[in-house]
Amino acid sequence: MTLLRLFLEFAKVGLFSVGGGLATIPFLKEMGENTGWFTNTDLTTMIAVSESTPGPMGVNMATYVGFEVQGIPGAVTATLGLIFPSVVVILIIAGFLQKFRQSATVNAVFQGLRPASTALITSAGLGVAVSVFLAVGGVAEHTFNLRWPQLALAAAIFLCMQHKQLKKLHPIVFIGLAALVGILFQF
Amino acid sequence: MLLTDLFLTFAKMGVMTFGGGYAMLPILQREVVEKKKWATEEELSDYFAVGQCTPGIIAVNTATFIGYKEAGMLGGILATLGVVFPSVVIITLIAAFLSNFAEIPAVQHALGGVNAAVVALIAASVIKLGKSTLKNTPSVLIYLCVLALAAAGSFLALPGLGGQVLDVVSSPVFLVLGAGCVGWIVFHRKGGEGE
Repeated sequence: MTLLRLFLEFAKVGLFSVGGGLATIPFLKEMGENTGWFTNTDLTTMIAVSESTPGPMGVNMATYVGFEVQGIPGAVTATLGLIFPSVVVILIIAGFLQKFRQSATVNAVFQGLRPASTALITSAGLGVAVSVFLAVGGVAEHTFNLRWPQLALAAAIFLCMQHKQLKKLHPIVFIGLAALVGILFQF
Repeated sequence: MLLTDLFLTFAKMGVMTFGGGYAMLPILQREVVEKKKWATEEELSDYFAVGQCTPGIIAVNTATFIGYKEAGMLGGILATLGVVFPSVVIITLIAAFLSNFAEIPAVQHALGGVNAAVVALIAASVIKLGKSTLKNTPSVLIYLCVLALAAAGSFLALPGLGGQVLDVVSSPVFLVLGAGCVGWIVFHRKGGEGE
């Protein structure tokens, strides 16, 4: 019965968290309070692990909670529950889009969506940049300290990616090198 | 063969993604657009737009879309299972044996570097994406308006009613639907082609 409940609870999270993995956190907090499966302290650990391991964060969270509640079957069930609503919704939309691909209206709508989508990704990127490059705090509450090492590393990687030869390297190469630099220089 | 390829390619991307769906964009461009040619830059931006205002995680939604496009319903399901598969394995191992993983100093330092790389990769990806999605004046205007509203929504905190209005008009659902309507009005009159 616990497995069924895990599936349903995470299907609910999947259905109501619109957007990225961060959107799942408020729902998980509520789930912890309602079910007693995990405390807020547990949740903090799970968020930290989910952020520092590969994979979409929301998926990592679901696997973690599921494992804590019911071992490996729990991990699999919670993850399947999380993705179930979105797979159904997207399959329906994808089917619809394929059917109306030739429609002038659908084409016009998507021509408006593409710049908006690019803008939303830009805005999300700016958000990530602020959280990575700015250290809030210090002596006074409203002082911001630039994290120069991170900024320099990002700038160096960005420049490399504009280079004719270097930009052929797979993005994961840059991520791996950046992890090494982080360890060497104690970021 | 295509189904196995879909599963394995998306599993590979699941391993290479750190953070949310946006961090996946550079990897998607490389694997799906450039290597496999399963989608164009335009289609990727379509999937991200739809993923913004539908339930679920964007990385998962994009996998479902591309899998469906290549191999129908089964393709959509297998690509999605592929993208979540590495998470299930990695997180289960960490939860079982290494629950203090995030506190290990080397992990924190490495993550500090990875986050800086992710910012640079997203910046490069946005430029690449912009080259194919911002080809005419109306597109550039839509881009600037949406960026201004979205950025205001995430960086400004207005008091009272102004704040509530800003919350609504800067939400991805509102912005995506709004841009769709603008697109319909502007580009439909031009005969569906915005050139």
